Amino acid sequence: MSGLGRVSGPGRVSGLGRVSGTLTRPAAGAAQTPPAAGPPVPSSPAGVLRRLRSRPSAVLSAGVLAVLVLLALAAPLLTALAGQDPYAYHDELVDSARGGVPIGSFGGVSADHWLGVEPGTGRDLFARLLYGARISLLVAVGATLVQLAIGVAVGLAAGLGNRFTDHLLSRVTDVMTALPMLVLGIALTAVVPADFPRPLLLILVIGVLGWGGASRIVRAQTLTLKRLDFVAAARLGGNGPWRVARRELLPSLAAPVITYAAILLPANIVVEASLSFLGVGVKPPTPSWGQMLSNAQTWFRADPLYVLLPAGLLLVTVLAFTVLGDAVRTALDPREASRLRVGTRKEDS
Amino acid sequence: MIRFTLQRLGGAVLVLLALSVLVFGLIWLAPGDPAKLACGDRCSPAQIAQVRERLGLNDAVLTRYADFVRGIVAGRDYSTGTGVLRCDAPCLGLSYRSDRQVTEVILERLPATASLALGAMVIWLAVGVGAGLLSALRRGGVTERAVTVLTLAATGVPVFILGLLLLMIVCAYLRWLPFPSYVPLSQDPEQWAWNMLLPWLTLGLFESAKYARLTRASTLETLAEDHIRTFRAYGVGERAIVGRHALRGAVPPVIALSALDVGTMFGGAVLTESLFGIPGLGKTLIDGVRVIDLPVVTGVVLVMGAAVVLANVVADLLYAAADRRVVLS
Amino acid sequence: MTADLVEVDGLAVEFPGAGGVRAVDGLSFTLAPGGALALVGESGSGKSTVAGALLGLHRGTGALTSGTVRVGGTDVGSASARELRALRGAVAAMVFQDPLSSLDPYYAIGDQIAEVYRVHTRASRRAAGARAVEVLDRVGIPGAARRARSRPHEFSGGMRQRALIAMALACEPRLLIADEPTTALDVTVQAQILDLLHELREEAGMGLLLVTHDVGVAAESVDEVLVMKEGRQVERGPVGEVLRSPAHPYTKALLAAVPRVEAGSGVPRGSGSGGSGAVPAPAPAPSPPPAPSSGAVQGGALLEVSGLRREFGRGRDRVVAVDGVDLAVRPGDTLGIVGESGSGKTTLGRLLVRLLDPTSGRVHYDGREIGGLSERALRPYRRELQMVFQDPVASLNPRRSIGESIADPLRAAGTLDEAGVRRRVREALERVGLDPDRYDGHPHEFSGGQRQRVGIARALVAEPRVIVCDEPVSALDVTTQAQIVELLRGVQRDLGLALVFIAHDLAVVRQISDRVAVMRQGRIVEQGPVDQVYGAPRDPYTRRLLAAVPTLDPDLARARRTARKEPVPL
Repeated sequence: MSGLGRVSGPGRVSGLGRVSGTLTRPAAGAAQTPPAAGPPVPSSPAGVLRRLRSRPSAVLSAGVLAVLVLLALAAPLLTALAGQDPYAYHDELVDSARGGVPIGSFGGVSADHWLGVEPGTGRDLFARLLYGARISLLVAVGATLVQLAIGVAVGLAAGLGNRFTDHLLSRVTDVMTALPMLVLGIALTAVVPADFPRPLLLILVIGVLGWGGASRIVRAQTLTLKRLDFVAAARLGGNGPWRVARRELLPSLAAPVITYAAILLPANIVVEASLSFLGVGVKPPTPSWGQMLSNAQTWFRADPLYVLLPAGLLLVTVLAFTVLGDAVRTALDPREASRLRVGTRKEDS
Repeated sequence: MIRFTLQRLGGAVLVLLALSVLVFGLIWLAPGDPAKLACGDRCSPAQIAQVRERLGLNDAVLTRYADFVRGIVAGRDYSTGTGVLRCDAPCLGLSYRSDRQVTEVILERLPATASLALGAMVIWLAVGVGAGLLSALRRGGVTERAVTVLTLAATGVPVFILGLLLLMIVCAYLRWLPFPSYVPLSQDPEQWAWNMLLPWLTLGLFESAKYARLTRASTLETLAEDHIRTFRAYGVGERAIVGRHALRGAVPPVIALSALDVGTMFGGAVLTESLFGIPGLGKTLIDGVRVIDLPVVTGVVLVMGAAVVLANVVADLLYAAADRRVVLS
Repeated sequence: MTADLVEVDGLAVEFPGAGGVRAVDGLSFTLAPGGALALVGESGSGKSTVAGALLGLHRGTGALTSGTVRVGGTDVGSASARELRALRGAVAAMVFQDPLSSLDPYYAIGDQIAEVYRVHTRASRRAAGARAVEVLDRVGIPGAARRARSRPHEFSGGMRQRALIAMALACEPRLLIADEPTTALDVTVQAQILDLLHELREEAGMGLLLVTHDVGVAAESVDEVLVMKEGRQVERGPVGEVLRSPAHPYTKALLAAVPRVEAGSGVPRGSGSGGSGAVPAPAPAPSPPPAPSSGAVQGGALLEVSGLRREFGRGRDRVVAVDGVDLAVRPGDTLGIVGESGSGKTTLGRLLVRLLDPTSGRVHYDGREIGGLSERALRPYRRELQMVFQDPVASLNPRRSIGESIADPLRAAGTLDEAGVRRRVREALERVGLDPDRYDGHPHEFSGGQRQRVGIARALVAEPRVIVCDEPVSALDVTTQAQIVELLRGVQRDLGLALVFIAHDLAVVRQISDRVAVMRQGRIVEQGPVDQVYGAPRDPYTRRLLAAVPTLDPDLARARRTARKEPVPL
């Protein structure tokens, strides 16, 4: 029905190679070849972990993320240790004659202010960056959970429901996937009362607008799984529909959902930073990386560190998540072996 | 094919209707009195009542929605007390702040966004698809590694960081370019291009990482398929295999991604415009949000949503044409 | 005598990596110009690897190749990339197993053939196009000029394979390498393709190297066979000799395992002899015996369906998969259902165990009507109607140990305690010939045949009265196939089950069934006692099916080929 989404979406993009497969399947006479459709490759958690550990890039990014999360969690403790407060102004540390440039080299780095101070206000940059990490991770994790919850529920309902349910939910999902999330998010933040807690608002906005992808993945996987013979066998074994769904379907959905969560997390960090950058996200004085970057535009030459620190942190975080997500995907889906088939490799030197 | 096209267009109309409900709901749900917002801070209660009457805010919700849709389809009239203000066909309402028609504001700002998006598209298709192909063809080489690492690093880099870094390096330190300030194309094409260069690069490079990864992946996937083996087994040279067969298989996914990506692209455009001060739709949106000019906000959202929906219809058709295996249904 | 077309000397191919497999191990053979040789072997015998090696297709894959391979005078091992390209397609052309995935989905068939032709001849575009139409016409594609503009998915399976053969013919190669060319095809289409290959060989004097797992296909097509096992030659000789009096024990075992469609009525089923050779062909019976009224067994049926119908989709997309079927099966009886792909036999099987709801018609089980029951109301019957599935990979949950998979029906019932469940599962494992101590093994640790045994154990543990087997052996090698059939037969005999055995392979069905039903386009065209249907088929379709089954007797094959040349209305 809808014009949207038939083409768009992860299902189509990644499923292309399989278009021919569905047409091929010889029902009779496939005497010697293993049938094309099988259940997902079994991958025990231990095996996945082992494969992950053998990739230095994965180990490194996991380490980086672990440190980041620890820093964010321990932010109050650490700032107290440094004797700083993210909200305290230090007018004496900025040169008001020069428009508020921090006094001292490297943006006012000193024994008290390990990473210098914010131009204009003189607030401690170390403290603000750490508190920014808290907001960033809180919003990203919260939004991802909301997205997955809605996505899994809708995807399961579409995959297990009757034709009408499936049709309706799929179209809604298509629309949700195609609409410009950031644009709608900006509009939504405009109409919510100013006293609504911003982090919660961001979690809800990002979560409610961004579940389309998860829903598609879950639906596609459910449709594949429920056609597999072992599901039929479970029905014949006398299991009721709920028992079949719980025992046969849900465990097999875990891998794709985890993989997709690894893609969602960094994307949500970026959305939060973007909204804050545009001034519609986290409101001052609450610190946020995106907001700092927005302020930093005017301090390029005078205080480059003020740009580079939040930008670098944001980049490292997103990159670590991306690399780790990529590694998790490969570890969960060791299909590389199929690339070794005869005659599909370049031969000329 | 005609049936397919009509079906898709019909679907698009439904989606647009759903979007209009959503957008209208935004205005309706918004806290605060729209009349007060529209009138300004120094209005007397009498004036506010007058504005409320003019904007039809006293009517029932459904009537207001019907008027809203009628305005888009056929235009509507606003009484100004002294006379009638005609708002023509795609009428998206009146700005609270300037009393101008939202359609007019949007049309005025549209060229800047369009020129940003088109220029960036040239870059991302050229750089993204090019890099992806190159890395797929030079498998096992330095090129592949470089492209893989670069695209992985670039995927997910926020567009505003890319822009900030470009500004910092090119304008603030190297001083190759002055800080860009938007010059309309009609005014001075050369200045327009120079000033758009950094925004184009920002949005274009931001998008190209995705295209590079997708092109690489789908080319590799095609190269691993059985029919490639057939042509190898029949003595067809590597160049023809890649140029004719592998490349052809990579086209449909790129089309599909382009459609899916229009929405993301608008997000990128909003950020880019905001960063470089380009007076386009994105900046209009942000300004509208800041001053709570709801008609402008909803107007921009509706126009961008419509663009996404239309892009999807076009992509559907292109996809069906590009991949004949898709059953037209 | 001229030089041989193919000379293979001491060929070894090894795939390094985890567990480095030596796929081919010191194989030598020659093929004279115009000769026909079949490489026969079960999966993992390395036969396809040899085919690839003839065209140097292992280059660049990391496979280690040693020994010499000369094809048409070119040393494949040392040839330059250019020489290799000149060899491929022009001197030796290959036909692959899966004709759909072997053609580029995006280009018209004619263009793909023309492309290959132009690579080797530098003909003009127009001339190449004309050549494509010519060869398509030659392989019997009706309306070749028009069909040349179609893409592969617009062709049927048989037509696609013809198109691929046309591509092979385009440059008039001296050698045709056919790698399982008919494995993905129905038996009637298979016969047509084999006939086509034979004709082309006689006409153009092409050499043929046929790779197949199916001894019957080899018997139909070649002069010589080379039996392979684990990368080595087991036995080689003229096809008639090897098939009639195999010298090597492996060949003997292989041939003994091949089910025969001609099994004489005197041979008691279960004797395991596998037929003794010269048996008259199922010639069309001129005067059908007085028909014992069609349809069901009289009296005592445990499961009986009548007027069974099942549709899928709606509106223009509606497909009638099963269209008015009447069947019955008694306890202790085996009903075979044969049919080609798309005949609706799988849908019928799922209707019988009520995995699917019938659109209309009755399903009568043990004196009760269960055709219209809801999922909940079916619950008491579920365990009595069990199924063994085709795909040994998809039918077991990869995350669960095989013991737990088998235990599933017991746990769902919840009447036994933990020790009782384990004991019953171990008994079932033992019954199907698996080591009970492998209870905790996961499916991927088991071979295809073992997994099928697990599937049977799972069905048995539910204490069923009816088991429907849907293509239970079609994914297995022929020796494994024979073992599974034997197991099913034993289980059925011991427990007095009603068994429904669905398969596309007429020979396997004959081996196990008491009665047989032939399905076509959702209907049963003929059913009756197995010897009657196979010995004196009354329906023309049944006759055509039987005539298409490859025979193990090359002389008989020749005679049948001639018979098939008589125009038969499709």
